[in-house]
Amino acid sequence: MRDPGDLSTPPGPPERPGPAELLLIEDLDCGYGGRPVLTGVGMSLRAGDRVAVLGPNGGGKTTLFRTLLGELDPVAGRLDLRARCAVVPQTERSRLDFPVSATDVALMGAVSRLAWWRRPSRSDRTLARAALAQVGLAAHADTTFGDLSGGQRQRVLVARALVQDAPIVLLDEPFTGLDAVSAEQLEQLLEALADEGRALLIATHDVDQARRWGTVLCLNGRQIAMGGTDVLTREVLEATYGGEIVDIDCAVHGHHPAVLPPHHHEH
Amino acid sequence: MTLAVLHWLTDPWSEALTRRALAEVVLLGIAGGALGCWLIFFNLAYSAESLAHALLPGLVVAALLGLPLLLGGAAGLAVAAVAVALAGRIPGLDRDTATAVVVTTLFGLGALLALEPDVPARLQALLFGDVLGVSDTDLALALGLVVVVAGALWVGHGRLLVVGFDRLNAPALGVGTLAVDVALLGLLAAALLVAVQGLGNLLVVAVLIAPAAAARLITRRMVPMIVASAAIATVAGVGGMYVSFHARTAAGASIAGALVVVYLLVAGVTGAAEPARRRRADRPRPVPYARPG
Repeated sequence: MRDPGDLSTPPGPPERPGPAELLLIEDLDCGYGGRPVLTGVGMSLRAGDRVAVLGPNGGGKTTLFRTLLGELDPVAGRLDLRARCAVVPQTERSRLDFPVSATDVALMGAVSRLAWWRRPSRSDRTLARAALAQVGLAAHADTTFGDLSGGQRQRVLVARALVQDAPIVLLDEPFTGLDAVSAEQLEQLLEALADEGRALLIATHDVDQARRWGTVLCLNGRQIAMGGTDVLTREVLEATYGGEIVDIDCAVHGHHPAVLPPHHHEH
Repeated sequence: MTLAVLHWLTDPWSEALTRRALAEVVLLGIAGGALGCWLIFFNLAYSAESLAHALLPGLVVAALLGLPLLLGGAAGLAVAAVAVALAGRIPGLDRDTATAVVVTTLFGLGALLALEPDVPARLQALLFGDVLGVSDTDLALALGLVVVVAGALWVGHGRLLVVGFDRLNAPALGVGTLAVDVALLGLLAAALLVAVQGLGNLLVVAVLIAPAAAARLITRRMVPMIVASAAIATVAGVGGMYVSFHARTAAGASIAGALVVVYLLVAGVTGAAEPARRRRADRPRPVPYARPG
């Protein structure tokens, strides 16, 4: 149990000498009961890692997340989860008509720790407000969730994961629909979370962003590649997105490869 | 003049019959108003109406056999639930259609039974309620309903919020959606069974949906919405009783009418104030409850 007197910041994962290994996956197949939709995943995750999960829609990112969250049983292989996972869903899919404040949403992260007959306590509320402060939304704690901007809503959902106090945080395309300023704020927040020892798995479509984070996991029905950014070769990107890469010359960014998907899948 | 108003206000409560009816309306208003807030956020308005109508054959059979209506209603609900579940499995029939088919069938069956020449003339009471005929047992049941609904909503508040707000990720937040759904449907069934005698098969849904829909327009948080909804239901219910007493209209219909009038008033007032808050125009507006029975 946490000391209820210490509420200055939401508690992070315990300090250990050297980054602790939080997750180990070997030859994992995931699916919904029938044929696996994602095969051959192998990776490990240490405290402080930021891993970009690249892949087309339907490539298995969501399936992997749901398996890590325990909602799907692994079809085959080894899944050694040594810490709890929290998920930050896409805010584009959240309900904007619901009569809840940012604090109410952050407080939802406390429910999993409570027995079914217990209500969130005053210290849970303090924790939720501290988490909102950590994501830079202290001033919006009482704002209705639906009235916040997309970037602010995304950070409220990050605060909810912080209240869940999970060492591993899965983020499902958190940058989708954000303007440049909001994306920059979220980027800094994710860096801060990694620095305090959380491991982040971040689904994204932005290859440049993935390069900045250092580690990538490329999925397209199977694991295409896993490792440092040097694995992001043209062949890997083509296999990941199932398309062709064209070189774009851009006045601002210089020489720039871009993926042309052969066709668009919606699953 | 003042005296006349005073008399207008106090006359209805001079008889024990109307005092009991008043107590019943207040209790059902509190329970129905509070529960209704969750029903509309769980998209259960149609289910509430369907269940209310589908339990008619149970009520009629109970009236025929001289059994307690509560028992008949409960049996009717069980039959309806099984029938809806089975009809939903018919290939090519979506769930709404299956529910509509089952409910119409059961409701028609109930009406057919009730219109048999041998049946005591109680169909009207079953359809439109008989709030002036509530017994002490009915009042005790209504009080029990208030206690159960208030207790369950108090304890389950956090989990209801999680599932209502983010059903897809509720399991990852440690909340089982099935348990929450079953609990809410159980409360709905209990509320229907207790309220159907006073308000009637056709009108009981008004107390569950109209106050919550009105409260949603004037509140920004769940707890104030629940309080406002219960208050609106109570005030409109008592107002309906006044109308019924002075204009000699049917009590159940007057109450349902008052509930809808309050909703329309609130919608009108908030709608008129809307241009000032245009920037929130992307917020979806609730649709007035208007599904033909």
